[in-house]
Amino acid sequence: MIIAERKPLEEILSMIGQARSVLIAGCATCVADCMAGGEREVGILASALRIAQRQRNGDVEFVEATVERQCEREFIDRIRELVEKADIVISTACGIGVQAMAERYGTKPIYPGVNTRFLGLREEEGLWTERCGACGDCTLHLTGGVCPVARCSKSLLNGPCGGSTKGKCEVSDEIDCGWQLIVDRLKALGQLDLLEVNIPPKNWASGRHGGPRKVIKKELRDEKRK
Amino acid sequence: MKSGSNLEKVLQAGHFAVTAELGPPMGCNAEVVQKKIQLLGGVADAYNVTDCQTAVVRMSSIATSIFLVQSGLEPVMQMTCRDRNRIAMQSDILGAAAHGIKNCLCIAGDHQSFGAAGKLKGHPGAKNVYDVDSIQLVGILKGLRDEARQQGGDPLDGRAPLFIGAAWTPLGDPVEIRTMRLAKKVNAGADFVQTQAVFDIERFSEAMKKARDRGLHERVAILAGIIVPKSGGMLAYMNESVPGVTVPEGLIRRMKGASDPKAEGVAIAIELVQQIKQIEGVRGVHIQAIEWEAAVRSVVEGAGLLPRPKL
Ligand code: SF4
Ligand code: SF4
Repeated sequence: MIIAERKPLEEILSMIGQARSVLIAGCATCVADCMAGGEREVGILASALRIAQRQRNGDVEFVEATVERQCEREFIDRIRELVEKADIVISTACGIGVQAMAERYGTKPIYPGVNTRFLGLREEEGLWTERCGACGDCTLHLTGGVCPVARCSKSLLNGPCGGSTKGKCEVSDEIDCGWQLIVDRLKALGQLDLLEVNIPPKNWASGRHGGPRKVIKKELRDEKRK
Repeated sequence: MKSGSNLEKVLQAGHFAVTAELGPPMGCNAEVVQKKIQLLGGVADAYNVTDCQTAVVRMSSIATSIFLVQSGLEPVMQMTCRDRNRIAMQSDILGAAAHGIKNCLCIAGDHQSFGAAGKLKGHPGAKNVYDVDSIQLVGILKGLRDEARQQGGDPLDGRAPLFIGAAWTPLGDPVEIRTMRLAKKVNAGADFVQTQAVFDIERFSEAMKKARDRGLHERVAILAGIIVPKSGGMLAYMNESVPGVTVPEGLIRRMKGASDPKAEGVAIAIELVQQIKQIEGVRGVHIQAIEWEAAVRSVVEGAGLLPRPKL
């Protein structure tokens, strides 16, 4: 899922500026799971903003609404009335949700309430970690199901650098060396010989480096046209 | 001859090769480079010029290498994968080759967050490139040289005469794949490798045996890394904190107990060179004396490796 973190309150307050009525729009999917922008966090953020505004003698109305998935138009449309009434919307969805809202409500300022961090999972209670860099050309079958693009600090494709030590990455003791994980897993699978093969330079154009991406399913588009 | 570099000739003639390190300054003062050139001239067959080592901005390895060429010293231009994509790398290498730079060492490079292990600010917010890894870079250089072809497939107007180097951390974690990593570098086209600093002769000998078992010592010239220790504290730090380096307890104690640590450091380095020379398959040494270039001559001389062959 998409992992996000709420922005500092000060930063959100600075976005509000002169607005008199603010809709805080949450999303009940990924950002709810990672406790950044679901219904519960929308409530917490609204309370914190109300208190902060009162201390500054502001008179701002904060309205709360959380939709099932902010990245889908069908769900966004259900809060049309609230969006239209508000001066601005603080969206606590990921960057995709914020943009989906902005596209749907062309004249309404939609501001981000969270920082979208990465594609990852909940590893333990209160700990989320990155798993995929969306490179567009998945090679997990070659690396024991551990991603070198997202989990090695240098995205090395042919094995660990010289900085790997006791299972940790040279960047920090807090980061597991992705290549140590790959080696451990390939050993467990009896597939360590997969590493012998030299992997040629990757075609990064399948990823972000090729410019904004699209997936097109021709069958569906043809059907739609008919 | 692949490149006609002095290092290549020395190795081909069967001499025990010596390379040393020359770190570019943090600034644009050419005099600093000239001083180092004077200090180091004649002690080695080629000199590694580091590429923004420890992720700190310094004079570029290419520009510094050109100073060496002009002074008659042979550079081993280091190139990290951290700062350039494949377009910039190939372009820089072609320019370097045009300036008479013949040896290039392909390395991943310290991550941009490193900033001299926290001693300097560095640029931890820099974008990290790693378009290709060090093994892929070796392969790209081989393509430029053997096929006069760029990685993307376009032709060059001639072959780039390069002697291709790589780094090897024989005792790095996960240690069980370090021989395989060496094999991959050799298969990619490495002509020589320089190892991470060796202090633990016993463990390095074991790693060399594994390399010999795969015949790698015959396909690549292995130069063992030597760092001239300055103090016991430095050795203890390296043992504790530098990945892939283990220093036997006895050496740390010996350095700590020395009345003249610098002299002792040189003596230790000389002994290491002599022990390493006995290990089958080692074709030379790569000597580093960090911010202490003058020590290199003492070590090379003390180990009986002067004068360097003139070929
Ligand atoms: S290889 Fe690419 S697609 Fe697969 S997990 Fe890694 S970044 Fe994601
Ligand atoms: S230490 Fe491991 S994770 Fe970190 S850059 Fe090196 S190989 Fe990648």
